Amino acid sequence: MTERSQAAFTRQLNKVYGLYTIGLLIFIAALGGLEMMGMSRRWIGVIFLLATVLLYAGIGVISRTTDADEYYVAGRRVPAVYNGMATGADWMSAASFISLSGTMYLQGYAGLAFIMGWTGGYCLVALLLAPYLRRFGQFTIPDFLDARYGGTWPRLMGVVAAILCSFMYVVAQIYAIGLITSHLTGVAFEIGIFLGLGGILVCSFLGGMRAVTWTQVAQYIVIVIAFLVPVVWLSVKQTGIPVPQAIYGMQLEKVTQREQVLRADPKELEVIALFKAQADEYAAKLKDVPAALAAAQQAASQKVAELRAADAPLAQIQAAEKARLALPRDADSARRIWAQAQASNEARAQPLGGMPPHGVAFAGDPHGSAAEQRSFQDSRLNFLALVFCLTLGTAALPHLLMRCYTTPSVRAARQSVTWSLFFILLLYLSAPALAVLVKYEVFNVLVGTPFDSLPAWIANWSKVDPALLSVTDINRDGVLQLGEIRIGTDIVVLAMPEIGGLPYVVSGMVAAGALAAALSTADGLLLTISNALSHDVYYKLIDPNASNGRRVTISKMLLLGVALAAAAVAAQKPADIVFLVSAAFSIAASALFPALVLGVFWKRATARGATLGMASGLLMTLGYMVRNEPWMRDIFGISAPVDLWFAIQPISAGVFGVLLGFVVMVAVSLVTRPAHARSDAFVDHIRFPG
Amino acid sequence: MAGQANDTRGAYWRKNLRITTALLAIWFAVSFVATFFARELSFVFFGWPFSFWMAAQGALLIYLALIGLYAWYMNRLDRIAGFLGEEGRD
Repeated sequence: MTERSQAAFTRQLNKVYGLYTIGLLIFIAALGGLEMMGMSRRWIGVIFLLATVLLYAGIGVISRTTDADEYYVAGRRVPAVYNGMATGADWMSAASFISLSGTMYLQGYAGLAFIMGWTGGYCLVALLLAPYLRRFGQFTIPDFLDARYGGTWPRLMGVVAAILCSFMYVVAQIYAIGLITSHLTGVAFEIGIFLGLGGILVCSFLGGMRAVTWTQVAQYIVIVIAFLVPVVWLSVKQTGIPVPQAIYGMQLEKVTQREQVLRADPKELEVIALFKAQADEYAAKLKDVPAALAAAQQAASQKVAELRAADAPLAQIQAAEKARLALPRDADSARRIWAQAQASNEARAQPLGGMPPHGVAFAGDPHGSAAEQRSFQDSRLNFLALVFCLTLGTAALPHLLMRCYTTPSVRAARQSVTWSLFFILLLYLSAPALAVLVKYEVFNVLVGTPFDSLPAWIANWSKVDPALLSVTDINRDGVLQLGEIRIGTDIVVLAMPEIGGLPYVVSGMVAAGALAAALSTADGLLLTISNALSHDVYYKLIDPNASNGRRVTISKMLLLGVALAAAAVAAQKPADIVFLVSAAFSIAASALFPALVLGVFWKRATARGATLGMASGLLMTLGYMVRNEPWMRDIFGISAPVDLWFAIQPISAGVFGVLLGFVVMVAVSLVTRPAHARSDAFVDHIRFPG
Repeated sequence: MAGQANDTRGAYWRKNLRITTALLAIWFAVSFVATFFARELSFVFFGWPFSFWMAAQGALLIYLALIGLYAWYMNRLDRIAGFLGEEGRD
């Protein structure tokens, strides 16, 4: 494509997306008007959902293609700014939109590891990978590994790693889609999943990377409006200033003062004491499980018998019967259930409902007791380890790196990464602000509300899933204490408009934004998985003579299969979104980062070195997670005791994987014979543009 | 002629490595060194505890500046070294 037609293309895009943004704002304003005229909340939710999904589907239909270059890399003519926007949408998943602020609300400073890691990774992408991948200019990441190292094994390892991390990531997205759709429309979680799946498929199925790119640009605009409007609104409501990013330090200071007050509040202390008492009760039971279980069973039976003898109302007898049946069946399950109950009560028997002081870096105290010093060291080390894994994972996730192939030139690839980070920052600079503003609202407005006048959203959300939000009047004083609220990570953003008392149309918009974030990322991920299978396995390894049309058809079939498999896994409601996503980063970092970077910067790296380095890094990370992460231990039935190295949490298993991957790759490369002529020519080709 | 081309390429790559290393050093200092001392750096900074602001905003803006600077520098270097005319596919 010539420079002139590229410029005309960009102008055309500016016009289309400019009009689109205006249309979107008018649409939201119109719905706001209809709400004031009395339209029901259910309808607003349904209209938001349908309108946006239909819009994405429409773009998918318009951009449908069977041409391989269009299908795999959008014709390589996406201008830097738009590629940046599409990358932003690709990048900002349900975890960024929904869980990020929630994590910061619950964990304070500790949650900032996600912000730093997910943006710092762009430095590595920009400096170490993007220009070289674009210069190489093929279709997938395994393509790069094959071309650089030669042989089937590096490509296969690349395929395995790409599929593994993308699949974990996509399951998390589809889970979020189910959550949002079921909240927005009131349908069951499983049906919500399949509704959302339809939205993803229309797009990626018909038009591959081309449709996904142009849909992602549209989704980016929805995401950013949906996130910024409520944050700004909340900020104006609390401070009168519409730039929350610049002034939320002020609110943080007030939150910190309020934390001091709440820590000393006698009612809060009462709640803490009650949780502590419950935890102690379970601890006592755990000392002799069989005896405690027998006693509990006997007490329950006795109660039923007493009620029967006293001719109590049937409802009471049934309730007592139910309580008896609800008791653990045997000593093993009793031990498990009670241990969980003890831990959860213990966790809630902490000041501020278990939330650390918001503005303080790391837990513990470097000048306190030995235990406090230990806790400080561990929390600091884990923070750094998490930043490390997320940073390197960012620079190794195939669905993101694939975006380096879609720009017209190396120059544009460099600029595109800068634009991506710029568009991502619009949201990432606001997410910590949102957490602080919501906390201010909860501390000052919600806490202290009488139970009989609690806002309606609390009941609505508890109905969706009590694990996400529940309130109980533990100390029976009729007033809500902070310690009596249990709020889940994934709900803070979705419930934020209601917490702040904004109109319902804002809630619908936020849900639509969250849906756009999940859909756009899921699109990119599904495409990565199906391309790895169709391009890298089928075309490159099984049938190198397949025609272009056949390759695209196979890819579409695989896409459908992978999407259904991911939906089936997500319907089981696996671990929480943040863990699944972070695990994907650790896996990508340890399996792909060393091989990619050394491939560009170290000519001596060999095929064997790369293959073994990738394999060992991947196995190390997986092994550490399976051994130590509660949910994975459960799946694989691990009974060996948890064994943490340097107190590093399993979420950051990539630290060990990356280090081992580098060491193995360098060591093996040094003892194997290099393919000088081949690798030198290739590396020189990608290092010098033109 | 060939030798001259190799010289230009060598100089180009050395310059690329130099700026990459320098920018990565800043990236490392911001991400890991400053964070390591986060508890010590908790003085008030425009209303924020400094280390909180750094992790929530400062680091992000520095990252953006780093990659913006890299893109600008390298694109200029490409022009000087004569790696042009590669608009479109190659």
